[in-house]
Amino acid sequence: MTAQSKTGQPTTRRLMTGNAAAAWGARLADIDYIPAFPITPQTEIIEALSRWVGEGALDARMTMMESEHSMITAAGAAAATGVRVFTATSSQGLLYGMEMLYTVAGWRAPFVLVNVSRGLAAPITLEPDHNDIMAARDSGFLQIHCATAQEVLDQMLIAYRLGEDARVRLPVIVNLDGFYLSFTREPVDLPEKQAVDAFLPPFDPGPTRFRAGKPVSQAVAVLGGAPYSYFRYEVELAARAALPVYDEAAGDFADRFGRRHDAVEAYRSEDAEVVFVMIGSFATKAKEAVDRLRDAGTAAGLVRPVLLRPFPEAKLRAALIGKKAVVVIDQNLSIGKGGVLHGEIASALYGHTGAPGALLSFIGGLGGRDIGADEFFEMARLAAEAAESGEIPPPRLLYTGNELREMRKLQAIAHVEHAEAGEAS
Amino acid sequence: MYRIRFHGRGGQGIKMASRILGNAFFLEGYEVQDAPRYGAERRGAPIFAYVRADMAPINERGVITNPDLVVVVDDSLVGVPAAGVTVGLDGNAVLLIDSAEPPETWNERLNVGSRVIILPAAVAGDASVQAAAACAGAAARLVGAVGRGALEGAIHDELVDMLPDAVESTIKAAFAAYDHMTDQEGVVKEGTLASALDYARPDWIEMPADDVSLSGPAVHGGATSVQVRTGLWRTMRPVVDYERCRRCNWVCGSFCPDNAISVAADGRPIIDLDHCKGCMICVAQCPPHAIEAIPETEAAAADEKEMRT
Repeated sequence: MTAQSKTGQPTTRRLMTGNAAAAWGARLADIDYIPAFPITPQTEIIEALSRWVGEGALDARMTMMESEHSMITAAGAAAATGVRVFTATSSQGLLYGMEMLYTVAGWRAPFVLVNVSRGLAAPITLEPDHNDIMAARDSGFLQIHCATAQEVLDQMLIAYRLGEDARVRLPVIVNLDGFYLSFTREPVDLPEKQAVDAFLPPFDPGPTRFRAGKPVSQAVAVLGGAPYSYFRYEVELAARAALPVYDEAAGDFADRFGRRHDAVEAYRSEDAEVVFVMIGSFATKAKEAVDRLRDAGTAAGLVRPVLLRPFPEAKLRAALIGKKAVVVIDQNLSIGKGGVLHGEIASALYGHTGAPGALLSFIGGLGGRDIGADEFFEMARLAAEAAESGEIPPPRLLYTGNELREMRKLQAIAHVEHAEAGEAS
Repeated sequence: MYRIRFHGRGGQGIKMASRILGNAFFLEGYEVQDAPRYGAERRGAPIFAYVRADMAPINERGVITNPDLVVVVDDSLVGVPAAGVTVGLDGNAVLLIDSAEPPETWNERLNVGSRVIILPAAVAGDASVQAAAACAGAAARLVGAVGRGALEGAIHDELVDMLPDAVESTIKAAFAAYDHMTDQEGVVKEGTLASALDYARPDWIEMPADDVSLSGPAVHGGATSVQVRTGLWRTMRPVVDYERCRRCNWVCGSFCPDNAISVAADGRPIIDLDHCKGCMICVAQCPPHAIEAIPETEAAAADEKEMRT
């Protein structure tokens, strides 16, 4: 699938899905061990790795586990021995392994976990939103959110360097949206293996390496509060230290490969009056809306947190201070509260001079529900209006009259069945 | 930007068609995005795939609702609302449909103002990969921006795991469809960008707080899946030759993933055609090779004949 560039030079650009990009990232990172468990829409990643291991293209050991709980335990335990570990899951699987996410992060065992975002049951869906990844927000895993297949591949490499850095030593989640990215092919520049090796040398765990001949116990119990607090605070400090380490790694990546992946992407936001804030692949739709709004004379921009944990608060503040209006679009719903990102952005801005007067919250894109260009335009219009009037509209759950009519039709069918079952009210 | 949507059933090569066309655009120097969209059920279920192609990087993402070209591999899907074949079809769009019926019939039925072009079954062929390649080939010619070289290169790329003979016959199928569309070269025009000036405002509503008896996601009543005739998804029909059948009673029925094979009192396996999706696992598993796979179109025609006599 290699192509000629427009200048006739051969390039290594090829079409690949977000899932394929994740698998290629793992392959180029020379991973040693893959504990795996299948779940839609992540399965293609482990299928690709399994094939490469079988063909001998990837010198790694792959083990199918009986659950995500065991899978994450195995990943953490293997990482503690100093090998490079990769694993992947999604949605229900991530939640099934939730107990161990906290545990292995507490072990300070660095590895990369790809999460392919998918909405959570009930009701069951296969399509994406961010409630799964937001549930892992406080676990101690660092989080990188990708918008394109190219970012998925590049961030895999940056994630290993970040997590394995002696100042950090934490596991990292690289997140991509199901369907919109996992199954979507886009042109991706495949880096040379030698260049990757120079950017990402083998993992050296130093004195923390676990060896069977020198047993250590990770099942440390501490009572009384102070020892516990010590360990948790140390994880917090390591995560905070990851901010400059990320900048360093992303800077070095840009020097070597020519692609910048800043912790916060600012797209046409410098002179913008209305700014969208969102994470993940839907942010490219926001970019498209920004371009079209600019065509129509509205100074719009996009600010996208790429790194969500650690939270790049200072960078976000720098990008948002002085704007008239900020529109936060959350593809998650903290039930009983609203959008998670909205609260985080508010906390970064509160009390700071020049904080935008209008901070609007929209919830949308749950379970793969699209967000249309017309909706982006309308959000920008309402934001500009709010900045003008000083009246901030309450958070809005994006839903149209047509969608409700469709839902009512389904409910009418369910009601008939209800009546037939003899239980109608 | 070109926005193209393919519709078909799982197993008819829709994803492959979109990949061949996407890759061919890519080889012509376009930025490309291609993706399939399907649910938990795939073989036989309505699915679609889409391709965006532009000389500039593509930021649009997700399902195409304003297509420039819609390609339909299975015309029985047009009447299935859930398949969404007609979404966004208007006077600017072209509809390419693999059908035995003439364009006038489709114009009357749909009344959307799109130009309808027929891809004759004789050109499209039956085998899924070839039919997919034919659809991609026809689409490539209608767009006019993709040459034979790129089409051939794309098929080589996408069929890298297949034997040379299969690749050659696929390229032949794509070229046949490509050549068939010579007179319509370039009828598909690049669509325009959305406008933030004169957009129709979304009809957002305040969500109603419904009673839990309505708003809980429950299906009232048991065994409702029986009412969904998934047999309509079938493209191939398994037919038991009871002369050859050994009445072993369990092999075909046990392997059937949909529990659509039961055993009659006399020991004959009976296939529930309302719920058989046509996966043909029973055909593959039957020890005495007593189950044959017959194209659904042929089987349906035979049924009709029988009913008349």
